[in-house]
Amino acid sequence: MSDLLSVRDLRIGATIFPPGEAPQDIEIVHGVSFDLQKGKVLGLIGESGAGKSTIGLAALAYGRGGVRITGGEVLLDGQDILPLDKKGIRKIRGARVCYVAQSAAASFNPAHKLGDQVIEATVEHGLMSRDEARKRADYLFEILGLPDPKNFGNRFPHQVSGGQLQRAMTAMALCSKPELIVFDEPTTALDVTTQIDVLAAIKNAIEMTGTAALYITHDLAVVAQISDDIMVLRNGETVEYGPVQQIIENPRQEYTKALVNVRQTKQTEARDQSDALLKVENISAAYGNGVQVLYDVSLHVPRGQTLAVVGESGSGKSTLARVITGLLPPFQGSVTFGDEELSNAQKDRSRDHLRRIQLIYQMADIAMNPRQTVGQIIGRPLQFYFGKRGAERKKEVIKLLDEIEMGEAFYDRYPAELSGGQKQRVAIARALAAQPELILCDEPTSALDPLVAEGILDLLLRLQKERQVSYLFITHDIAIVRAIADSVAVMLQGKLVDFGPRSEVLNPPFDDYTDLLLKSVPEMELGWLEKVLATRKMESAGH
Amino acid sequence: MANPLAGVRATRHRLKETHPLSVLIAERLGLSLLLLWAVSILIFAGVEALPGDFAETYLGQSATPQAIANIRADLGLDRPITTRYFEWLGGVVQGDFGNSWASGAPVTEQITKRLGNSLFLAFFAAAISVPLAVGLGMVAVHYRNRIPDRVINVLSLAAISLPEFFIGYILIVFFAVQMGVATFPSTVYDNMSWSERLAAIALPTATLVMVVLAHMMRMTRAAIISVMSSAYMETAELKGLGAFKAIVKHAAPNAIAPIVNVVALNLAYLVVGVVVVEVVFVYPGMGQYMVDAVTVRDMPVVQACGLIFAAVYILLNMVADIVAIVANPRLRHPR
Repeated sequence: MSDLLSVRDLRIGATIFPPGEAPQDIEIVHGVSFDLQKGKVLGLIGESGAGKSTIGLAALAYGRGGVRITGGEVLLDGQDILPLDKKGIRKIRGARVCYVAQSAAASFNPAHKLGDQVIEATVEHGLMSRDEARKRADYLFEILGLPDPKNFGNRFPHQVSGGQLQRAMTAMALCSKPELIVFDEPTTALDVTTQIDVLAAIKNAIEMTGTAALYITHDLAVVAQISDDIMVLRNGETVEYGPVQQIIENPRQEYTKALVNVRQTKQTEARDQSDALLKVENISAAYGNGVQVLYDVSLHVPRGQTLAVVGESGSGKSTLARVITGLLPPFQGSVTFGDEELSNAQKDRSRDHLRRIQLIYQMADIAMNPRQTVGQIIGRPLQFYFGKRGAERKKEVIKLLDEIEMGEAFYDRYPAELSGGQKQRVAIARALAAQPELILCDEPTSALDPLVAEGILDLLLRLQKERQVSYLFITHDIAIVRAIADSVAVMLQGKLVDFGPRSEVLNPPFDDYTDLLLKSVPEMELGWLEKVLATRKMESAGH
Repeated sequence: MANPLAGVRATRHRLKETHPLSVLIAERLGLSLLLLWAVSILIFAGVEALPGDFAETYLGQSATPQAIANIRADLGLDRPITTRYFEWLGGVVQGDFGNSWASGAPVTEQITKRLGNSLFLAFFAAAISVPLAVGLGMVAVHYRNRIPDRVINVLSLAAISLPEFFIGYILIVFFAVQMGVATFPSTVYDNMSWSERLAAIALPTATLVMVVLAHMMRMTRAAIISVMSSAYMETAELKGLGAFKAIVKHAAPNAIAPIVNVVALNLAYLVVGVVVVEVVFVYPGMGQYMVDAVTVRDMPVVQACGLIFAAVYILLNMVADIVAIVANPRLRHPR
């Protein structure tokens, strides 16, 4: 057998504890099979709950939480690793098969230096002496493009950035010269401009060390850059499995086609953007600790249209939303809504002003009281702003539930009983209940799977047409901007670097940073990564 | 002229950047001293406000207005309260707590012996309860949600739910009265041998251990469980490390701070909270000394005991804070 990893009819189960019922055993992966040759990369792709991380961890014979492998074989170089005892499996983990987690920040121990953690498994398994391992770590830090590779290992996890941590974790996995590495969404938590560096580093390291890899992600465009084969998973079953080129260019299954075609332009840009509903002028703001986060930001949201605010983490885009709501009074500048200037602080605003601006958050589940039913959550603003009670209130809530395509059946449910997409819909209904003129959407789709996010965007656009509500849509995802925005504001380190109609901002001539941002977004195209890196090299050589 | 405070603040800020650890520890020390001073005021004012009067209690039936006034003048009670406070504070700073009103002997001398007795008791209670609590906490984590965990939880909860005097009397009834294996009362004398002393304090030590055990055990369990469920413990497992190695190297350094905190609180309780236990077991420690002094309104003794208790409490909490600061790599190694 020439296959390094051969998974045969893998079945994985878990025990769930439904409230008020006896524990139940369920199957979450239903017989998945694939093969991986030495030095090749297989991309596992699917929505959350598809079982892709679970399958990835099965390659280390590991089940997270109450997850158990119930059937099938995981053959590593022809040897089934599932029946091995604890000692036998420990010899494989960290030596022959290594794991790179999604959140490197949480996966490094805050109490130890990075270098010690990177070489720990290698030394522990007796594969190299301490000095040899250190030398290898320095070499890996270098090929992964980490700054000052000789001294990088002396730092603690909190002393380096998120992108550097993710690369350090890759170095940790590569250190023992494993035959296989499982990458579990290694770039999902990163900004796009950082993601591209990490992606390039990982790809480069895989090529230089000749290790094989399972690359798990929900982003088809990312996996297209790095894999040889792709397996599309849904609800614990294989949807489609084939070479990367076939999956991207010629998908056979409807579900794969939907994934490939996600987020095409949904709406043409509004032509007249002069009727401003919200005007933000010369806003500068700082948090209590004296750190200034916004510098002289001015922009406006036209009535009945969408302004997308794009930027990476720390760019101040969420802070801008806090300033508009009055949660963070700015120390300079003004916010005008319609014809009236709004008070800086939320507590000084009239109830009507508060009603007309509503918010939708990134994490719908922490923005709702888990002890309230959907009916109570949506009914609260009806009562608070319009004094509706009892049957009248219930009727309104049900009408809103119909509008978000959920219906009366959800009236008595609790947030915990809803899926991520449903929770976000309830959050939208809650915002709508106040009959706002402006809704501030703070990354409402970034925690959702692409197809679910798509549904939320469709809903928001439909509601906008029906109700003429304006959106200030905060996102880091250029694809969303392309799909829904009328105008675009680009932010970098608290400053507005670009603002205007979508067609102007997203087309040449570009602002420098907007250009970088646009070029960093992975495209559903083979060889895109190489192309971008090549242009980057040329540009830096030219300078 | 520039605001002098601004200069101090800037220096502090600069120091905080270069030596965050030393600055934080220095701040804790300073705060502790400030707190102790505030407590000294509270104690003095509190004792002053106590109902009853030493002179009246002391003279009993023979209290005439003249006799009372004489005693008050002897003790200097006719002078203003601020004068007396600063005089007392000045003495305390030099280790002189004044003379007992009842016996006339220096308080410092009497209290040293009593404090020694209290610390002797607290030391043995701590030496048994801390390892036992941390050990039981680890056992509970190992058998999490299984029978041993439940048994440990229920027993320790039962122990903490009973008032300590009740536990004390129960132990006396069983071990001293019915079985006759333990010594009661637990009074210790100067000429007792070590083994006799240990036998004498067996029951009060057991009572104290039962009172403080549950709190420390549960906190240890919670701290370890919270650390064990973190992503870096999964990383350790996926590196192929053994369970023991992973706990010692990766879990322990991150669980220390919360455990030390609760241990310090309980150690403080062992010294400060023994009043009831000492009275139940007739043990000649600080607690009983203080209770006796309150009965006869012997204010210098009450003040001294109160201040020493406060100092022990503040000191132990400060040590816990400092350990937590030192255990935090973010503070040890700034960006």
